[in-house]
Amino acid sequence: MSEEYGELGVDKRRLREVGIELDGSKRSGAYLQEDQEAKTFASFFEGVEVMSIQEAMKKYEWVKDYFWKILRRDQDEYTREADTEDVNGYFIRALPDAKVEIPVEACLYLKKAEKQRVHNIVIAEENSELNIISGCTSHPGVAGMHIGLSEFFVKKNAKLSFTMIHSWDTTIEVRPRTAIKIEEGGSFISNYILLNPVKLVQTYPTAYVEKDGTVIFNSIIVALEDSVVDSGARAVLMGENSSAEIVSRTISKGGKVIARGHIIGEAPEVKGHLECKGLMLSESGLIHAIPELEAKYPNVELSHEAAIGKIAEEEIFYLMSRGLSRDEATSAIVRGFMEIEIKGLPQALKEAIDRTLEIAEKDLL
Amino acid sequence: MGILRVVNLGVEVGEKKILKNVNLYIKPGETFVLFGPNGSGKSTLLNAIIGNPAYRVVSGRIMFKKVDVTNLPTNERVKLGIGIAFQNPPKINGVRLIDVLRYCAKVGGYSEDTIMELAEKMKMTDHLYREINVGFSGGEVKRSELLQLMLMNPDLILLDEPDSGVDLENVALIGEAINELLERDKDAESREKSGVIITHQGHILDYVDADYAAILYNGRIACIGDPGDILNQIRSEGYEGCMVRCLKNMENSE
Repeated sequence: MSEEYGELGVDKRRLREVGIELDGSKRSGAYLQEDQEAKTFASFFEGVEVMSIQEAMKKYEWVKDYFWKILRRDQDEYTREADTEDVNGYFIRALPDAKVEIPVEACLYLKKAEKQRVHNIVIAEENSELNIISGCTSHPGVAGMHIGLSEFFVKKNAKLSFTMIHSWDTTIEVRPRTAIKIEEGGSFISNYILLNPVKLVQTYPTAYVEKDGTVIFNSIIVALEDSVVDSGARAVLMGENSSAEIVSRTISKGGKVIARGHIIGEAPEVKGHLECKGLMLSESGLIHAIPELEAKYPNVELSHEAAIGKIAEEEIFYLMSRGLSRDEATSAIVRGFMEIEIKGLPQALKEAIDRTLEIAEKDLL
Repeated sequence: MGILRVVNLGVEVGEKKILKNVNLYIKPGETFVLFGPNGSGKSTLLNAIIGNPAYRVVSGRIMFKKVDVTNLPTNERVKLGIGIAFQNPPKINGVRLIDVLRYCAKVGGYSEDTIMELAEKMKMTDHLYREINVGFSGGEVKRSELLQLMLMNPDLILLDEPDSGVDLENVALIGEAINELLERDKDAESREKSGVIITHQGHILDYVDADYAAILYNGRIACIGDPGDILNQIRSEGYEGCMVRCLKNMENSE
């Protein structure tokens, strides 16, 4: 598997940086798209299907019913832009009752396209469990735009985790458009990690959560000089007893971050919590936290906390009194800040996230 | 030969002068207990010795093992063998107790096994993977601080209120740990570890016998004497009364 990727001329080091693991023994499936072309895709596990969306359309008559089901074609200029014949993306589906703990790898690579147009469909059928890790990156020096549309369907009592590690460049503009439908008793965990410089990211995924369903959005975002990141998550709690948790850790080192969060209680007995924490590491830069709560019934439990600050001198001094130099202490605190306890994530994904954070830490300090 | 020599030390916090002219001389193996009314500068003195940048030394100097450490960063002082247990250490999100214990063990040259062994002794094994000081009880904070000190194995041990906010059961455990750190279980001649203990209530003195007590008053060390005597005087006559008596005995003091 890994050799095959090497032959494709993809910069392997670049892929590793995004945490991309191509070894078939460590993944339950893999998908690699370069510009508009699906270079390779495979499933290594019985209960999971992995293919390009173009292939899936040919294979299953019903796939088109999922296309543009929860995203609107006319949402904005980017959704319209991506609504073309040559649009491609991944189709990943866990069959009913399949428990696929080993993650599926999905990689989107912008090699020379001016605009990469992607449309993904992910389905976790009833009672299934599916974990996906997605790395998105671009060839060094290439300038362009990535428009990535994703529609996620979490069926009754299914569990889906989606970990996305972005590693673009100062020349790339990124416009993901994401919607998630979570049916009764289903759960969806999203982990979004952006640590490298980027020209612009603007993303605001929306989850529609039905009765007893749960959604968790975690994001760890670093904005270096000249990067602009407008990132958020929205949960529409449509069914009784559904819940949402939106947690973000944002760091500005000269860049601009807007951290949005919006929880809407559209049913009784729903619960939601929003947590935006920001850390300013330099004199320039900006962090703007915009947490929003909306309740349409009296018996809802919605809360938020937002805090932005710099590293506390007291904490640095404490760690120095335990033998660390000032730089080591600062690094340990920043690393701690980015640490989000993610429940229900397989070990392999935790490790991938940790590895990425370690690499990023060096650039940050 | 002294391990610590504080000479004419003046310290400011913000714009306020807290210590005016402190002199203190400690030999290897000696433990001092430091008394003084609230705000007299006891914590300031310990923070100045360990090099907290929020406490600015404006005059005098601090000598440790013949090295002038007055301008050394905290971690350099720690490497030379000064260790401190804080009264109210900060909580740090995402940094676990085990992480900090590993930093400490590196200073002391101890292995992972020793970390586990000492964590068990200090009853902190359940807290190893928790964020440091987040949601720790008063006793847990103190036990964690002493555990960290044990792993750094310092020669000069600074203890800022090791018994405050601690229930009786924990005071015994903490007392035992302090005795071990300061080698009070060894006979006086073979002791090498030195210490300065700040205690407001003096509970810890039921467990730890210090060699000397010093009273910090008005930004100076006002008197030095037997810990039991001085504690009794403070209890019966208050600091003012104690001071009058002390000063009478110290003809040459200011």
